[in-house]
Amino acid sequence: MRRVVAPVPIAVVCAVLALVGLLAYGLASNEPDRTVEEALERGAREPAPSLELPRLSGAGERSLEDYRGTVVVLNFWASWCEPCREESPLLDRWHRRMEPRGGTVLGVDALDVTTDARAFIRRYGLSYPMLRDGDGDTRESFGIVGFPETFVIDRRGRIAAVRRGPVDEAFMRSEVAPLLEEKA
Amino acid sequence: MTRAVVLLLLAAALVAAPAAAADCPQTTLADIEDEVMCPVCGTPLALATEAPQAIQEREYIERLIADCRTKDEIKSALAAQFGDAVLALPGDSGDDDLGDVLVYVVPAVGIVLAAGGIALAMTRWRRGGRPRTEAAADGAERDRRLQADMERYEL
Repeated sequence: MRRVVAPVPIAVVCAVLALVGLLAYGLASNEPDRTVEEALERGAREPAPSLELPRLSGAGERSLEDYRGTVVVLNFWASWCEPCREESPLLDRWHRRMEPRGGTVLGVDALDVTTDARAFIRRYGLSYPMLRDGDGDTRESFGIVGFPETFVIDRRGRIAAVRRGPVDEAFMRSEVAPLLEEKA
Repeated sequence: MTRAVVLLLLAAALVAAPAAAADCPQTTLADIEDEVMCPVCGTPLALATEAPQAIQEREYIERLIADCRTKDEIKSALAAQFGDAVLALPGDSGDDDLGDVLVYVVPAVGIVLAAGGIALAMTRWRRGGRPRTEAAADGAERDRRLQADMERYEL
């Protein structure tokens, strides 16, 4: 006698397998890009991803290329981010300290309401240049998963250090200060 | 005379205020927050209750509501701030491309096809998984044997 294979259980099994596959794909594709950290662990400096954004003030655009030859502390922040409030005064102090020695802090305000971001800058008296990334597109290329995150870029446009979270004085002294001594 | 003018101005202000409020579109936060996303959370704004960015986005929407903006104007303002990805409904970006139609049509067609497929599978399963002609042939053979038995036993 021919054995009858029930199609409904087979369909259910196939559907469950497809869902499990989709879940696995989703988890794998959401893994943040950590190639920068891996390179730094090997003692290598990866070139920083290209970045071209409008200024937060609305006057024109700037790119990372414009800062070639300068040590850049690239800081991703947003006005709604609590730790960003704590680190901003420190970043501003370091910007004033670095500027005469060929360095700058460059802020990227991401996923933020422009008026709130400008109010934040006024409130904390921030003097360093600010770019705006409204839709947060640059997050993917820099592997950003939260705010704030800071990338220290040397005079040749390579990432020399990363801080996923707020920076502190110790980080700035150990990772930024030595770069100011390097030649382009 | 002066008192009369002041009273007249006050009365005019009292009449004008509700009139201005009546001109304001009746947009509510609840009406908007399930049609826009919290970009950092990756969920509709209505589901993101505690996230700091969601809180800021709600405050921004409430400011726009207080500013008498319509729902469409508020959604456009959000898209200008956070990009089109903030709009949760396909077609909201206003480009009316084929993809915006397909996101509604494809699932509907998929559901209809899946329901049809399941119904067909169930029908075949109940029939024992045999082809219709084979089942019919079996039935005819059984009838023939039954008829022969009845004639043999003179029933």
